[in-house]
Amino acid sequence: MSRLEIIQQSCDLCGLCVEECPFDALAIVEGWLRVGEGCVLCGVCVEKCPADALCIVEEREREERDLGSFSGVWVLAEQSAGRIHPVTFQLLGKGRELADRRGTCLCAVLVGDDLGAAAKALCCFPVEKIFVAQHPSLARFRSGTYAAALAELIERERPEIVLCGATSMGRAFLPRVAALVKTGLTADCTGLEIADEEGLLLQTRPAFGGNIMATIVCPRHRPQMATVRPNVLPTLEPGRLRDVEMVRFTPSGGAIESAVEVLEVCEKQTDAVNIAEADVVVSGGRGVSSAQGFGLIRELAQELGGAVGASRAAVDAGWIPYPHQVGQTGKTLQPKLYVACGISGAVQHLVGMQSAGKIIAINQDPEAPIFRVADVGLVGDLHVIVPRWIERIRRRRAADGPNNSAGASAPPPGHGEGRS
Amino acid sequence: MKIAVCVKQVPDTTRVEVDPETKTLVREGVESVLNPLDTFAVEEALRIRQGLGGTVTAITLGPPQAERMLRQVLAFGVDEGVLVSGREFAGSDTWSTSYALARAVETLGGFDLILCGKQAVDGDTGHVGPELSVHLGLPQATYVRRMREIEPDHAVVERLTDAGYEVLRVPLPAVMTVVKDLNEPRLPNLEDLFRGRFAPLKRLGRQEIAADPAQIGLDGSPTRVVEIFSPSVERAGRIYEEDLGAGIAQAVRLLEEEGLL
Repeated sequence: MSRLEIIQQSCDLCGLCVEECPFDALAIVEGWLRVGEGCVLCGVCVEKCPADALCIVEEREREERDLGSFSGVWVLAEQSAGRIHPVTFQLLGKGRELADRRGTCLCAVLVGDDLGAAAKALCCFPVEKIFVAQHPSLARFRSGTYAAALAELIERERPEIVLCGATSMGRAFLPRVAALVKTGLTADCTGLEIADEEGLLLQTRPAFGGNIMATIVCPRHRPQMATVRPNVLPTLEPGRLRDVEMVRFTPSGGAIESAVEVLEVCEKQTDAVNIAEADVVVSGGRGVSSAQGFGLIRELAQELGGAVGASRAAVDAGWIPYPHQVGQTGKTLQPKLYVACGISGAVQHLVGMQSAGKIIAINQDPEAPIFRVADVGLVGDLHVIVPRWIERIRRRRAADGPNNSAGASAPPPGHGEGRS
Repeated sequence: MKIAVCVKQVPDTTRVEVDPETKTLVREGVESVLNPLDTFAVEEALRIRQGLGGTVTAITLGPPQAERMLRQVLAFGVDEGVLVSGREFAGSDTWSTSYALARAVETLGGFDLILCGKQAVDGDTGHVGPELSVHLGLPQATYVRRMREIEPDHAVVERLTDAGYEVLRVPLPAVMTVVKDLNEPRLPNLEDLFRGRFAPLKRLGRQEIAADPAQIGLDGSPTRVVEIFSPSVERAGRIYEEDLGAGIAQAVRLLEEEGLL
């Protein structure tokens, strides 16, 4: 595919091309000639331009011309209402490492509106620069506007690497950015390393339902873009507040227009905290037997200050809604602790939880594959084991006394009575 | 309402293994199936057709063998199947796949809605839907879990997010990717299966869809796979069967070590 390129230094904004374009695809926006989505590369403007400021270039020519002119590692700092998504701090740690390895700078990128607090929070992290793409129409996430804004910034600044969390936001709009700037994107990476002097990024990710790991590169295009699964990389702790260069960026008119309207945002529609962000996840599967059975799973989760997950079997049976589903067609987690109750551990489930810090599995079948990934496996009926375990936990807490601050999620005294 | 559904033939991922010697996928004997997540897109298209009238076209990019999968899709009651195929498309990554699908959608023309599954279960990227919408210059909605309203010129949908959902009003034509919450796919009966075998199926090559050779196949793909390997998932854990008391004590100890007590 070719594209229409504007040689901005030659363009004198005479506006002739804007008038002549049969598809109304050209516009002068804030003192710059811009090509819009309607361009079909008919070439009328190229012929009419008195300044030879327009040309249709073969993409190939453009992409192979100047890989070396791209520099800098970018981390997209996902935020919502000023709160920065935790995956950002994981990406900043890896981003710092990659930038040092490449001898280049690490930049954070914020897209949204009213970004002051988020930008300030980022100043506690070792970034050289913060790009702030701010506009009222970016106040709410919409894949079209966010992608257009980021693509425009990428075209202008030419970073060599762009990282973003593989969240429902990142996964919805990064592919758009990749399509817009014509570069490769690797989804759901679990590992990122620099390969060589050229700065080729080795992007490792699970594929085929977690049956294989694949390492992917993007040799001829820049930036090299990857979404990274939350909770796979270690989190960088904030340091002292520093002075960081802020670069404000106002996306052009075309970038901030979107025909999609956000009518309503509803968060936490179920009783669950977002399982992808929880430190502890207690999941139930077929062995839980019923919707009521999830009461026990919830009780254990509460005891451990964790969230409730589920296997596909439990979701398909209608015992618990889909947002709780862990695994290939659900969510991928890396909590500190994952407790699997009555889950046999089909590979599609394992891919969603096998990188948890520790795994405790309870299942009646000693041959269940879940035990192969477990640190502690308990063979038996979860309806017997879980209450016994909860009781032991409570006794342990009681023995430690009320001053044990580690048990922040400990229930009030007496909460567990009548059970064992 | 003219609806296109993009579908993909995938290996049955529950049965894929890696040859430890060659580190390549052992795909012999592994059946190819319709991407399970695409069934929800097919079902939704059929339901919309039921309400508003129109046609449903299933489009796939794949080898000639993908015809079998496409016949399965036709058996659900889809009006027409389109197989985009050719040697030049081999090795396409998500960028060039979405480009080729976009060329096919434009060649066929006139679609009000293009539906995709949220991702294919072999690659699991979820890129093709959003990339397709860029190539087509259309708005998108990903992870659609409910169609609240669908009219010839717009739809109101619920989009699943990490923390809940959001409600979007999307003008049509648009590209949407759907999650399994959306519906309960029907099972084809014998008559449907029979009809699927003989339903019209169109084959399109590179020239018919006017795809730029530099944008398709391996050559048009920005990414390359350089290595595949087996993940190591096994842990040297301890399994307690007879001595459950000791097992529970060990589980409590683990909580303590993790700072959870």
